[in-house]
Amino acid sequence: MLAYIAQRLMTGFVTLFAVAAIVFLVMRVIPGDAAVMMTGAGAGVVSDEELAQVRKKLGLDRAIPIQFADWAGDVARLDLGTSLRTGNPVINDVARRFPYTLQIVIMAMVLAVGIGVPIGVIAARFMGTGLDRAIQAFSIAGLAAPSFWVGLLLILGLVKYFNWSAPLFWEPFWISPLKSMSQLIWPAVAVGLRQLALIARMTRSIMLEVLGEDYIRTARAKGLSEWTVVFHHGLRNGLLPVVTLVGFEFAALFGGLIITETVFSVPGLGQYVVTSILARDYPAAQGIVLILASIVVLGNLAIDLLYGWLDPRTRLQGA
Amino acid sequence: MIALADPQMPAVTLPPAASPKRKTLGRRLVRNMRRHPLGTFGFVVLAIMTIAAVAAPLIAPFDPTVGDSGALFQPPGATYWLGTDAFGRDILSRLIYGARISLAVGVGASLLGVTVGATVGIVAGYIGGWTDSVAQRLMDAMLAFPMLLLALAMATVLGSSLQNVIIALAMPIVPRGARIARASTLLLKNTAFVEAARAVGCTDLRIILRHIVPNTFAPLLVIATAYLGLAVVQEAALDYLGAGIQEPDSSWGLMMSGSATSLALVAPWIVIFPGLAICLAVLASNLLGDAIRDILDPKLQRDYPG
Repeated sequence: MLAYIAQRLMTGFVTLFAVAAIVFLVMRVIPGDAAVMMTGAGAGVVSDEELAQVRKKLGLDRAIPIQFADWAGDVARLDLGTSLRTGNPVINDVARRFPYTLQIVIMAMVLAVGIGVPIGVIAARFMGTGLDRAIQAFSIAGLAAPSFWVGLLLILGLVKYFNWSAPLFWEPFWISPLKSMSQLIWPAVAVGLRQLALIARMTRSIMLEVLGEDYIRTARAKGLSEWTVVFHHGLRNGLLPVVTLVGFEFAALFGGLIITETVFSVPGLGQYVVTSILARDYPAAQGIVLILASIVVLGNLAIDLLYGWLDPRTRLQGA
Repeated sequence: MIALADPQMPAVTLPPAASPKRKTLGRRLVRNMRRHPLGTFGFVVLAIMTIAAVAAPLIAPFDPTVGDSGALFQPPGATYWLGTDAFGRDILSRLIYGARISLAVGVGASLLGVTVGATVGIVAGYIGGWTDSVAQRLMDAMLAFPMLLLALAMATVLGSSLQNVIIALAMPIVPRGARIARASTLLLKNTAFVEAARAVGCTDLRIILRHIVPNTFAPLLVIATAYLGLAVVQEAALDYLGAGIQEPDSSWGLMMSGSATSLALVAPWIVIFPGLAICLAVLASNLLGDAIRDILDPKLQRDYPG
């Protein structure tokens, strides 16, 4: 197990490094570097000398590998630079916004697992019936609906029929957990619907396989109740792939959040990254993209390790 | 990375042995269509959308860019079947013209992404060793970026023309295509027929082109179909965020963006119909993809007698 952990950590680290390199390179190869964006030189109001000065101040006149080493050193010290738009250190902006995003992710995942797994099990248990068809139709539709459209419709419905209005101030969780949860439930629903559908579909197909196994027949033959057979004997064995899916879906969730937070105007990381990229706020965009990608890499690493622990066979396969 | 059963990814299997008696393509197609009504439905929907997109000028009842100032926010009715927007433009006509962009981007991005990805995956898998390790880490790194984020960054950097949006949306598909192609290649590399080809003196290039590439086609086709739908959604998302297609062009995502959101209270059809169009396109490509996977997966084929 130790060797396995060491090897996984190593690949994880290499991947992180590659992520940083990609972020850095993309930001450098683009036409119009940071200096051009900052000064708005494209419009022709800034002279070449002024541009060169800004470049020098930003260190953009140095060799690329040196710039990268410098940047990587700053990042390692959690110094992501200063946002051009807000004027705050990027890391402060991130710290303020991250709780909202994390809360939506957790709420969406709880919804998706809490509803997706049971309805997947039910669909498998009642395979071929109208109930199964309905659940399948729901999950196929859920996979097809774009999350921002679901969000728009939710807002529309809430405003029209429940006199809802978008909160002007989003309560942080630690000040008023209940209020915060009631505010963030709608973005969580919008972003979690796809995951719910995916989990329901996957649970169904796994459970169909599991429920056909010999030991399930044995359990039934022993006279155990249907509930015990399906949930204790069946689900317990079908859960491992679902756990993995949930883990990998965390990454997809962050993607969905980018747009859902914009739809609902939640002041989270997703909205921040969109406005930063669109405003060409170069340090902020770079920093957050790096943070989001790192979360994904670390999440996948955690899942890999968890999986290796739960299922010893994966450890033997190596890289 | 663990080889897990990702529902979006087809199982990577070896190609089925050729059946002794080959049925004609037409007969097989009809048989498959009868066996997969949902897949057929998906295919028909995509076909209709494609025809509508190509023949947009002939079909669309109104000009998609010119509005009737006397008919703002008309609800769906006899003249404007799906209503009009804030500029009095016909929603149906805009949807039909929007299909051009959505489908072009969807098909273009998924083909481009899968082709580039497959090239990387096949070469890396075939050569192995260091090349493979480097390519894998690079692909892992690309997988770490949420799809929309990567596309958004690329679209902003490249500028929002149709080609650039296609390239931007192809980027996130590359590592996913590479993963599938590499897995297939690793399996194929050790098969008897590749060994035989090598024994008779085929060059590596010939082995890749003639023996490996054709056999990776099936799983790649499946993901290309699946990513078509995903690319359509992401394109709409880019447009919605303002990083994609720009006014006065019409695209499904654009129709929902900007002021459309606040106007939706007055005229909900402005956002409902474009969203439905996206849902339908994605649904169709998912169903078609599922059917293709069922047809191409030999393990499943054995389950169906005949």
